[in-house]
Amino acid sequence: MEHIRMPKVENVRLLDRLSSRKAALGTLYLTATHVIFVENGSETRKETWVLHSQISSIEKQATTATGCPLLIRCKNFQVIQLVIPQERDCHDVYISLIRLARPVKYEELYCFSFNPKLDKEEREQGWKLVDLNEEYSRMGIPNNYWQISDVNRDYGVCDSYPTEVYVPKSATAHIIVGSSKFRSRRRFPALSYYCKDNNASICRSSQPLSGFSARCLEDEQMLQAIRKANPGSDFIYVVDTRPKLNAMANRAAGKGYENEDNYSNIKFQFIGIENIHVMRNSLQKMLEVCELKSPSMSDFLWGLENSGWLKHIKAIMDAGIFIAKAVAEEGVSVLVHCSDGWDRTAQVCSVASLLLDPYYRTMKGFMVLIEKDWVSFGHKFNHRYGNLDGDPKEISPVIDQFIECVWQLMEQFPCAFEFNERFLIHIQHHIYSCQFGNFLCNSPKERQELKIQERTYSLWAHLWKNRPDYLNPLYRSDHSQTQGTLHPQMAPCNFLYKFWSGMYNRFEKGLHPRQSVTDYLMAVKEETQQLEEELEVLGERLANLQKSQLNDNKFKSKPQDRSKQLGLSTSNNSLANTPQEYSNDLKSFPSRSPSQGDEEDSALILTQDNLKSSDPDLSANSDQESGVEDLSCRSPSGGGCLPSEDSGKDSDEAVFLAV
Amino acid sequence: MEFAELIKTPRADNVVLHRPFYLAVEGTLCLTGHHLIFSSRRQDNAEELWLLHSNIDSIEKRFVGSLGTIIIKCKDLRIIQLDIPGMEECLNIASSIEALSTLDSVTLMYPFFYRPMFEIVEDGWRCFLPDEEFELLSSATDEWRLSCINKEFSVCPSYPPVVIVPKSIDDEALRKVAMFRHGSRFPVLSYYHKKNGMVMMRSSQPLTGTNGRRCKEDEKLINATLRPGKRGYIIDTRSLNVAQQARAKGGGFEQEAHYPQWRRIHKCIEREGASVLVHGTEGTDSTLQVTSLAQIILDPRCRTIRGFESLVVREWLQAGHPFQQRCAQSAYSNSKQKWEAPVFLLFLDCVWQILRQFPCSFEFNEQFLIMLFEHAYASQFGTFLGNNENERSKLKLQQKTMSLWSWVNRSEELSKFQNPLFEANSLVIWPSVAPQSLQLWEGVFLRWNRPSKFLDEAHEEMISIIKYNKELQAKVNALRRQLAQLETVDRMQENLRHTQLGIVSPLGSSSVSKLHTVSAEAGTLTSTQLYG
Repeated sequence: MEHIRMPKVENVRLLDRLSSRKAALGTLYLTATHVIFVENGSETRKETWVLHSQISSIEKQATTATGCPLLIRCKNFQVIQLVIPQERDCHDVYISLIRLARPVKYEELYCFSFNPKLDKEEREQGWKLVDLNEEYSRMGIPNNYWQISDVNRDYGVCDSYPTEVYVPKSATAHIIVGSSKFRSRRRFPALSYYCKDNNASICRSSQPLSGFSARCLEDEQMLQAIRKANPGSDFIYVVDTRPKLNAMANRAAGKGYENEDNYSNIKFQFIGIENIHVMRNSLQKMLEVCELKSPSMSDFLWGLENSGWLKHIKAIMDAGIFIAKAVAEEGVSVLVHCSDGWDRTAQVCSVASLLLDPYYRTMKGFMVLIEKDWVSFGHKFNHRYGNLDGDPKEISPVIDQFIECVWQLMEQFPCAFEFNERFLIHIQHHIYSCQFGNFLCNSPKERQELKIQERTYSLWAHLWKNRPDYLNPLYRSDHSQTQGTLHPQMAPCNFLYKFWSGMYNRFEKGLHPRQSVTDYLMAVKEETQQLEEELEVLGERLANLQKSQLNDNKFKSKPQDRSKQLGLSTSNNSLANTPQEYSNDLKSFPSRSPSQGDEEDSALILTQDNLKSSDPDLSANSDQESGVEDLSCRSPSGGGCLPSEDSGKDSDEAVFLAV
Repeated sequence: MEFAELIKTPRADNVVLHRPFYLAVEGTLCLTGHHLIFSSRRQDNAEELWLLHSNIDSIEKRFVGSLGTIIIKCKDLRIIQLDIPGMEECLNIASSIEALSTLDSVTLMYPFFYRPMFEIVEDGWRCFLPDEEFELLSSATDEWRLSCINKEFSVCPSYPPVVIVPKSIDDEALRKVAMFRHGSRFPVLSYYHKKNGMVMMRSSQPLTGTNGRRCKEDEKLINATLRPGKRGYIIDTRSLNVAQQARAKGGGFEQEAHYPQWRRIHKCIEREGASVLVHGTEGTDSTLQVTSLAQIILDPRCRTIRGFESLVVREWLQAGHPFQQRCAQSAYSNSKQKWEAPVFLLFLDCVWQILRQFPCSFEFNEQFLIMLFEHAYASQFGTFLGNNENERSKLKLQQKTMSLWSWVNRSEELSKFQNPLFEANSLVIWPSVAPQSLQLWEGVFLRWNRPSKFLDEAHEEMISIIKYNKELQAKVNALRRQLAQLETVDRMQENLRHTQLGIVSPLGSSSVSKLHTVSAEAGTLTSTQLYG
């Protein structure tokens, strides 16, 4: 609390990014965890909640006649523009937020105060939802070729690896330890994915400390052991996901890449994915394009092209496809590394797994995949996503890129994934929100020391609870697209990569399709389910009635004609597929050019009470209608409620009031 | 002329066909007067490709030894490759295709030879007549009239015989207005917005020239369409610069001083319940794009299949968009004339963009738009032949060719073009035109270059989800009916028993109202399911 200089400012204006004419007047609150803007409007009192941990930058702009503008950019790509009447207040808010957005210890993060009102047992259950031992045994491991090793118990060998690692049976502790000494940060080769159909596997590690000529017998034996674990193949691929130039530069620092001459039976391959700094800049450039006010088509397309973002997405996908092909089609095992083996390696291993195994395309499987390739193998969430105040050069959208790869695949294989776009967006949101403990810290070791599981809740349980919101209505577990490998040869052609406005312009609802096919189909499916249930009930009632009438057959009549008529009217009434009705007199719509979307459209769709009130009379704005249908009211659980709206709120009244 | 003269080698064997995403197939190639036909000789899985010569946009030849290769690029943007053994055969075939795909005479085109194999339920040439359109209009307003001034195409060669004009303007005045407008395209009604009585008219540019010529009747006509106190906009689809330059060639634009209720704007369309007059230079291209897109946005009828067909007929065919000139060649052609331009395709792309943003508001699907694109460029039907109604009538298309609509509007075909997600939406649909909201129309531009299997499967899945839902709904309704029936019987039996026992039951007459309750319940139940 001591960081909040100014808990409340009145008469603040929240600007609409698309149309400066539209600004909401309201009150700004700073709490220990959120920035909250409450609109003055008497009825709706629309609220905007932003978690401090979502804030990526705050910019105080030059004071104007109307006040002092404050620009808040968020990690979930929301951009909030406030105008605060007094410069002094603005300064206080600014200084407070600067501090609040950059916590210095983990305990300050939201997950330590977030309380979804679950008891201890429920929390523990939540953490058990994703179990990696279960996952490896699903893959068929341990088996004749692979075993679990406790060489890293107490993080004795590698402090960024999990305590339990899966290694080839022939890799002794001596080999593992020896190999680890020859690898950056001791990240020795360990199993990421095993294909039980053909024994091919994906292993991961960091770069070898080969310099210009160094060798390590144990490391060579380690790779040999990986090859032997796949008796059907006489070589393995070693994939270095860096551009060749970067890898060569590393040799001068005593690091580098495997020399094919020193390792028997490896095929070495570079797949150039750029490093975190290039990616950070690329995202920055793309976001600048997204933020342009009414850009022309060429501004936008050139900006997108110049950012290089989609090129990088493609590079990651290409690497994933290469590996998936090697495993599925050639039956060859692959060792993947980059420099430290926690960024590009994680991206590529998880894309490949996703292509290979339909399980990872289910909701549960996807959680397992992130847990396996990202959380357990020490992806540095804290550094990359800037949860605690730290070196800005460590920040990079590494997992964002992976999430986008998944979305690009979903666009091309619409029936292949059990989950929908919303699921991805919410996961991205929570990687930054620090509302759940899953992604805290930089490694499993740190999480264990912080006792994360005892003190925070798991995101996976939260998502699992709201499963229906995240279902892809086109997914059927018996559909051909959900079986086996997503055939990489069919997969991404260059031109198929698209800008993901659902993510990067997530909060500009006016830019998105006004009707959502997903939500529509989800509503239809839910109705179908209810119809199935009703059919059963009606069937029973009918059977009972018929039985009782059979017993009571004294009376004969033919009321069919009349009831047929009535029956018809029944069906007419119940044709609930009639259009969502809207009111015609939405006076609140200011006239605006068609190019400007209106975020509030959906909020203005009226309830059934107003349906009859449409006034055909020609008032000045009589055709100020909108064809936007309120899809949220059709979606099963009431909700396009994105976490920005719900994340804090469900639990935060207390925090809010306490301030 | 005999087609046979043009076909030097009618048939070649051992030809190999290459297409993206398909394995190469070997087979026989045949040339007929209007088609290139390739059939694989495989017994198990015979495959045939029929390509209209008129669909071929360009053709390239290559030789490696005596093996010739022909690369055919089509107006529908498909590219195929044929490997033909024998240099002479290959050359002959290439030159035949070239000749057959660039026939000069319209009457040699396939529509004049095509004999339909389907039963004609409704003659497409008799659909969408101006009279019907006017009847709809008269139910809403009496300020407009049908004018037959152009009966023999004598006033404006690119207008249809019948047009809708303000009632207060007589034919004599129209003739004078026609003299003042480029190509005699005087202002006519394009769309009447019933909700507020505002109208959209279209015309060509006024011939003001450099010395600011005026036409009293033109001013009267345009002003007559506005009620007192109302404003209107003249939307000049050209930039101000281009419009100003047009004056040097005798064209120009309206001076606001002479049209006091009107404001002239260039390219920007506002939204405030005002009437508009749209024109560019000739009023046959961008003008029609603008007026027809506006109708898609404003008028739910245009988002139905028939309504869209009617829009294409009214605002493109009858309005005199020169299809024959614009669609003579396409993207791949090396010999494009300056009048070739994908104006209609651009319009269809815009419709697709709106369809993507409002996927539940259109009765038709993407395939419907793609079909129209194909037929505008190459077709067995006469609908898109000619440049205007005048030419079409001279070609006697109605007598000699089949209408596209006769084929499309049969239930077998319609089912392919129906959007399973459609729910009539009576509202205005404002699309977003931000760059982030616009996408490449993959269905056309990547159609032959992307694997579509997974997208097709998704579409099928969508259809089956909705179909199953409708089936269940029907079943539930049937059961409800049956139950209601039985319950009535039950009730009557009970009453009878009561009567027999000498008790007058107050429920006796209420069995019907009971049924009403049931049906009402049924209604609310489903609607809460949907809306709840």
